[in-house]
Parts: sequence; structure tokens; C-alpha cells
Amino acid sequence: MARAELKEARAQNFGVGQRLARFIRKYGWSYAFVLPSMFVFTIFTLIPVLWAFLISFQDFRLRRESTWVGFQNYIDAFTSQNGIFAEAIKNTVYYTVITVTVNIFVALIIASLIQPLNKYAQTFFRAAYYLPAVTSAVIIAVIWRWMFNTQWGFLNYLLSLIGAPPVRWLSDPDIALNSVILSTVLTVPATGIVLFSAAMGSIPKDYYEAAELEGAGPIRKWWSITLPLIKATSLYVVVLYTIASFEVFEKVYVMVPSGVGNSTQTIVTQIYQKVFNPSLSQFGVASAQAIILFLIIASISVVQFRFFRTDVEY
Amino acid sequence: MAASVASRPTQQLRPVKFKWWKIILWLTLIITTLISLWPMYWLFVTSFTPTREIIKTPPDLLPFNANLDNFQRLFSQARDYWSWAFNSVVITLTITLFHVFFDTLAGYAFAKKKFPGRTIFFWLILSTIMIPPHVTLVPLYVVVQTFNLRDSLWSVIMPGWAYVFGIFLMRQFIQTIPTEIEEAGRIDGCSEPGIFWYIILPLSKPAVGALAIFTFVRFWNDYLWPSMVLIKSPSFTLPVGVANLQTEFSTDYGLIFSGASLAALPMIIFFLMFQRYFLEGVRMGAIKG
Repeated sequence: MARAELKEARAQNFGVGQRLARFIRKYGWSYAFVLPSMFVFTIFTLIPVLWAFLISFQDFRLRRESTWVGFQNYIDAFTSQNGIFAEAIKNTVYYTVITVTVNIFVALIIASLIQPLNKYAQTFFRAAYYLPAVTSAVIIAVIWRWMFNTQWGFLNYLLSLIGAPPVRWLSDPDIALNSVILSTVLTVPATGIVLFSAAMGSIPKDYYEAAELEGAGPIRKWWSITLPLIKATSLYVVVLYTIASFEVFEKVYVMVPSGVGNSTQTIVTQIYQKVFNPSLSQFGVASAQAIILFLIIASISVVQFRFFRTDVEY
Repeated sequence: MAASVASRPTQQLRPVKFKWWKIILWLTLIITTLISLWPMYWLFVTSFTPTREIIKTPPDLLPFNANLDNFQRLFSQARDYWSWAFNSVVITLTITLFHVFFDTLAGYAFAKKKFPGRTIFFWLILSTIMIPPHVTLVPLYVVVQTFNLRDSLWSVIMPGWAYVFGIFLMRQFIQTIPTEIEEAGRIDGCSEPGIFWYIILPLSKPAVGALAIFTFVRFWNDYLWPSMVLIKSPSFTLPVGVANLQTEFSTDYGLIFSGASLAALPMIIFFLMFQRYFLEGVRMGAIKG
């Protein structure tokens, strides 16, 4: 019997210690490499997520016994405070539908417009559009709150130039949410532009050349080549923007801190208040609402993936 | 970029008719650029304009009355401003350094190594990426309350470490590094940590840069969680502090804006310096798997 085989046989027969040693020699470094990340992931994401599910079925109390209440928190989520959460969902959906539609459209148009420019112009415009996106949402909201000021705000100044009466942008309950939407819509969707540009840049040039030989004009080329070939990116951008706007918080919370009645409540401002505000503090209900937010986002993403599913490869 | 190549024949072939297109195109781009940059411009103009000059109609569209009064008032009245900046820097750097190093390490293991549990671990991470961070708010808040961790920077830093996006990004990138390079290192007697440090890390530089920028921006601007656990003014971060200026000095717009513009400035400078990597990072984020 050859020595190597003998060694092998021995290793197989010998005790747990030796097998462990072999296991560690083989996989030890791999585990060491993933350990720190897996550790913080388990402690600060995995366990909290599972725990949040449990809390959503409990009447959860700090420093006191919690009791199981079944689906009561999910019912309370909608019925407590005269159904403010249902209102918040409605507002969030309204916000999302408008901002995502406009943002995607604008991003697509601008990305298409800067595509034929030379490298320097492209870089310049992308940077100019992206600059506000690196600024904290809190700061952007502070600026917009000032521009929306009824007495001295920039927007009412613009209106006064054309002789229009001042608008109570953030204090009129019928307008406040629309003002927040306006501020989002007027912020150029930089991430979308960068992603669309990258996708458009990677379309092979021969497609366009072939189309030109067939006599296609710029719009025809855009419609029949560019749009179909950036479908996968469009999906990603739509999902990205939809999720982000369902989670809208800073903007609303900083622009209208106390809210204008129920009209500026969104899903996350509701969760925030239920966790944070000592007089409202209902951890169970807050967890239930967070999980409802998750379910909404997850189902919308699934629908969007179905809708945009693409087989195009290039 | 290839786009410039494509534009050359059109410029030569298309006669005068194309000019109209060009005018509309440039007008659209210039107007959208102005709209996009206007709030930033307004931020800085307002921050240099004394409050009594801010509240008047018509407003100064250019900084005619610029001086530094607002900043002086900011530093004398919002005394904790520098400690907010300090906290922001400490929190953001600690989180970013952790991710740059450990996400690359984990990404390397997930990309190149086979070990029992690899698939399960990876799917666990993958399945939580869709879960909005708000789901973990209550449990984390309960822990902070129970152990009295309010106002501790650690209660912002440690949950920040659990942000898994970087692991995907790095795994995705490291998969494209040819395995032969590592093998060569191994044959030359390089240890496993050595291979990571001398081969994988240097070769992953573009992705590491993108990840560092992404993480830095995200946590520098973070508001929701810090505002829940940082209660006392000296432990605020800049976004929490700026939001607080607004409630504390409600109508002193000059002071609020000087605080806001100063808080925005580092990120703007950072962006202008590393602009290319930012945009590259956004693009890379898109090809996460």
C-alpha cells in the first residue's frame, strides 16, 4: 500500500480531533474571512428582522411582560387614530406613482439627450445633475422648506412676477403633499440618468449603423433600438425609485415636521412616530406597520419584475 | 467613450435641419441643469446673506449683501456644531473602513472559496436585501433603550456595519478576477491572508473605491436612525443637528442656512474631487447580483 493511501486511510479512521484539524486546515480561512461580516449581519440584521416579526404579534412593553395578541397589531395598525395609517399608505402611493413616473421619464429623456454629446459635455452634465444627490436629504428638505415659505419663499416670489397670488405651499393641507412631490420632481433623477447613460453607452454601435443604412432617423432609432435594449436597466431603475419613494421620510419630516393634519403622513413617518414618540409608543403596531411596508415593497417589486421581464441579450 | 465616435458622422452628414434639434437639446439640458443646481446655489447665497436681508421681497438673487455674520452667530449660538461634525466624521469613517475591509474579505470568500454553508449564508444575506431597514427599527430601538445606549456613537456605528450591499458588490467584482493569479501566489508560498492582502485587495481597487464612496455618502447623510438614538445635542451628527437647528432657531434662516451649507460642503468637495468614481460607483451598484 502506498504511503499516501495509508495516510488517507488513517485520517479517515482516526478520531474527531484529527478530522476537525483537517476541516480547519481546509476551510478555516474561508470561515475566518466571512466571520466578521456574518457576525454583524446576524446580530444587527438577521436576529432583529426575526424579532420584528415576533414583536408584530405581541403587545410589546419595555421592561415589562409582553403578551401575545395574534393579529391585533395588524388590525390596530389600520384602525387606531381614525385610520391614519391607511391615509398614510394612500399618501405614499400617490407620492410614489407621481414621482416615479416623472423621474423615470425625465431620466430617460435627459440620458438620451446627453448620449450624443462628447465625453466632456457628458461628464459635465452628469456631474451637475448628480451634485444635489450627494447632499443629505435633510439639507435638501431644509432648502425646499425655505423656498416654499409663504411670505418670503422663492417660489412665491416667482409667482408674484407673473402676478399670481401667494400659495401656502406647506401649510395648506390640500397642497402640502403636492409641494413635497413638486420638490422631488424638480430634483433631477441623477442616479437614473447615470444608469440609463451607462446602459445606452453599452449598446453596440453596429445596431445604429445598420438602422441608419435602412434609413432610420434619430427618433426611430431611439424608439426601436435604444428603448428595447435598455429594458433590463429600466426595470432596475424603476424598482430602485419605487422602493426609495415608498420609504420617503426625511423630506416630509423635515419640510413639515408636525405634519399638516393627516395629509402629509407617509408610511415611514407613521412608523417613526409609533416607535419614537413616547406618548404614542406602540412597538407592536410599529413593527406590524414596518412589515406591511416590507410586504408592499416586495409585492410591487415582484409585479415589476414580471412586467418588465426581458429576454433581450446583447 | 464610444458615443463621441457615433456623433461624428451625424455632424458631417446632417445639414442645417439638425441645428433646431441642437438648440432644443441644449436648451433642455441647460434649463434642467439650472433647476437641478438652483437649490444648492440658493443654499449658499442664503447662508452668506444676513437674516434681515433674507426676509424681504424681492429676494437678492445674487449675494449682494454677503458677509459672514450668519456663521459667526452659528458658532456662538449652536455651540455643539463642531462636535456634530466630529461625530459625523467618526461614525462615517468607522463604518466605511469596516465595510471596505470586511466586505472585501467576505466577498472574496463567497466568490472564490468553497466551504460548507456558503450557499446558505449567501442566500440569507440575499433574502434580507429586499427588507426595508425600517423593519429592524423597533428591535434595535428596544435594545438601545434596554441597555441605555442612547447618545453612544456605537449605537449608530454597529448597525451600520450590518449593511450587506458591499458583500454583493465585492463578490460580484472578485468573481471576475482570474483564479490563476491566486494560484500563482499560492504556488509561490503565499499564505491565505497574504493572497487576500497582496493580490485580491489591490486588484479590487475599483470596486473598493466605489464601495467606500457609496458607504461614505450613505452614512454621512443618514438621518432616521441617528435621530432616534442620538438625543442630546453634543452627540448629534450633522444631519440630525441641521434638522434640529430648524426647530431651535425657527426663523433665523441665516443661521440655519449657514449650518446647512457648512454641513453640505464636505460632501460637495468630496464629490467634485472623486466625481469619476462616484458615477462609476453608481453604475457598478447596478450590476449587483
